[in-house]
Amino acid sequence: MFPTPVANASAPTRVAYKVALPISLVVWLLPLIGVMVTSIRPGSDLAMGNYFGVPSSFELGNYLTVFQNTPMGLFIMNSFKVTIPTVIGAIALSCLTGYALATYKFKTNLWLFFMFVAGNFVPFQILMVPVRDLTLKMGLYDTVTGLVLFHVAFQTGFCTLFMRNFIKALPSELIEAARVEGVSELRIFWFVVLPLMRPAIAALSVLIFTFIWNDFFWATVLVQGTHAMPVTGGIISLNGQWVAQWHLVSAGSVVAAMPPVIMFFLMQKHFIAGLTLGATKG
Amino acid sequence: MSEQALAPVSSGNSPKFSGGPATSGASKTRSSKWIANQRKLAPWLFLAPGVVMFLVYVIAPIGQSLWISLYEWDGIGVKTFIGIANYIELIDDEAFYTALYNNVLWLVLYMLAVPAGLLIAIFLNQTVTGIRIYKSLFFFPFVISQIVVGLIFSWFYAPNFGLFTKLLEFVGIEGIAILADERFVTYGIIVAGLWPQIAYCMILYLTGLNNVSPDQIEAARLDGAKGWKMLWYIIIPQLRPATFIAVVVTIIGALRSFDLVSIMTSGGPYGSSRVLSYYMYEQALSEYGFRMGYGASIAVVLFAIMMVFITLFIVRMLKDEREGY
Repeated sequence: MFPTPVANASAPTRVAYKVALPISLVVWLLPLIGVMVTSIRPGSDLAMGNYFGVPSSFELGNYLTVFQNTPMGLFIMNSFKVTIPTVIGAIALSCLTGYALATYKFKTNLWLFFMFVAGNFVPFQILMVPVRDLTLKMGLYDTVTGLVLFHVAFQTGFCTLFMRNFIKALPSELIEAARVEGVSELRIFWFVVLPLMRPAIAALSVLIFTFIWNDFFWATVLVQGTHAMPVTGGIISLNGQWVAQWHLVSAGSVVAAMPPVIMFFLMQKHFIAGLTLGATKG
Repeated sequence: MSEQALAPVSSGNSPKFSGGPATSGASKTRSSKWIANQRKLAPWLFLAPGVVMFLVYVIAPIGQSLWISLYEWDGIGVKTFIGIANYIELIDDEAFYTALYNNVLWLVLYMLAVPAGLLIAIFLNQTVTGIRIYKSLFFFPFVISQIVVGLIFSWFYAPNFGLFTKLLEFVGIEGIAILADERFVTYGIIVAGLWPQIAYCMILYLTGLNNVSPDQIEAARLDGAKGWKMLWYIIIPQLRPATFIAVVVTIIGALRSFDLVSIMTSGGPYGSSRVLSYYMYEQALSEYGFRMGYGASIAVVLFAIMMVFITLFIVRMLKDEREGY
């Protein structure tokens, strides 16, 4: 193990490490802690210049205000409406593409795979004008559906990369044996491979959920009004209304950040497995 | 939407066949011709939905953008072909150079996330009680939306009362509003971007450190290697896959920077914090007018820069594939 375990070090080093840990964490999360404290601070504190002291009262009212006076509830709903179908769609498509690219040998296999990989890295701006135009022409501009369709297509690139590599690492004898038995290709996919892909599906679900929930660019490009706006775009418009009302901005930010945070803490193992795929070998 | 993990190889945890479903029961009623052709047809049927979606929404638009960049177009009316006039205009556009310069700055400074992530990973790679919670909390910034990160840092930098401003006053520097000062604004935004990016690199390195061969470390220890020497000669070479991914996602993250600029400054003051992605958006879609063609030409430049890195990455993947890992 590197570095040398602290447990083997001298007593002062051990104590120093245990003291350094929480201190470094507080420094690291200082901006975040500041916002969280501000979100429960009454507005009067800010007016009186009490920015850093103990809040004069514990004010959950800020959160209430955020939900009562703004369309925050709607924004959150929209985010779910965009995120959940995208996760399902992108994973369904990439299970199929990943399986095809991992198990069949054909001439264009590697090139199709690289198409997905390369497409996954292009800057969004090169897609912006045509995708917006296409969405307008389909009559899906300013709708959740328009946003979902694009996200599904784009995320399929990354998901295919992930799924293909995952299936490739499965023992190929399984598929070969089934083929010898004369099982149809579709049934092999459905009954042999798919059940083994559960860990990959779990990891990708959390990752894609977070990516899409946090998307801001496409929300502003493909959506205009409040009725379909996800929370990232919504909070920007609220930020404009709440000039200098930092207690409300803070509460709004905390609300907007919450779902992926909860997802992360519930599914941490899968999240990190997905994110660090390939960080160990190669 | 942001940087994404990627790798030429799968992680080691390939599941074992769990004795699941029966694999017998092939349909004997189907014609033999179908069975013979199945293996050839099947991949295309599996691929069709994904490939079609990807072609329509990702690959075709790249070509369309290249094409639109040769036109003058407001997004609604008729397109007028103007050849490379948009690109010629770029050459004399001060704002374009500012954005390009800022992109370079982003790329260079963003790279700090890689060593910083490694340092934190080394710091946290211990087995004391509660360390898992520390790791999770250190990773926290990456999970939050960049929009929220932007708001947090706007608050952090706010003149008069921002925590950072107070810290500056504490060490005797007064009257600096980071986000309103042309000299510091881009650096301020990059620091905000580094925060989640360092967390990302940290998690990659933590996983990498977990898989460093203990035998080699022991052997090196017996040879008297320790500290920096151990890190440099024994550990870092073994962390190469993690480093590779960290570098790739950091480059992509730097070139994709849009959200933070958008929420923290809207490119200001006086356009001094614009990056190419934001400038493109401004030209094509914001109140500055709907210059789709000009916007597309900026996007093409950004795409060309990104293509250099994408190509390098694909070449390396191709090499790994050929070697059959």
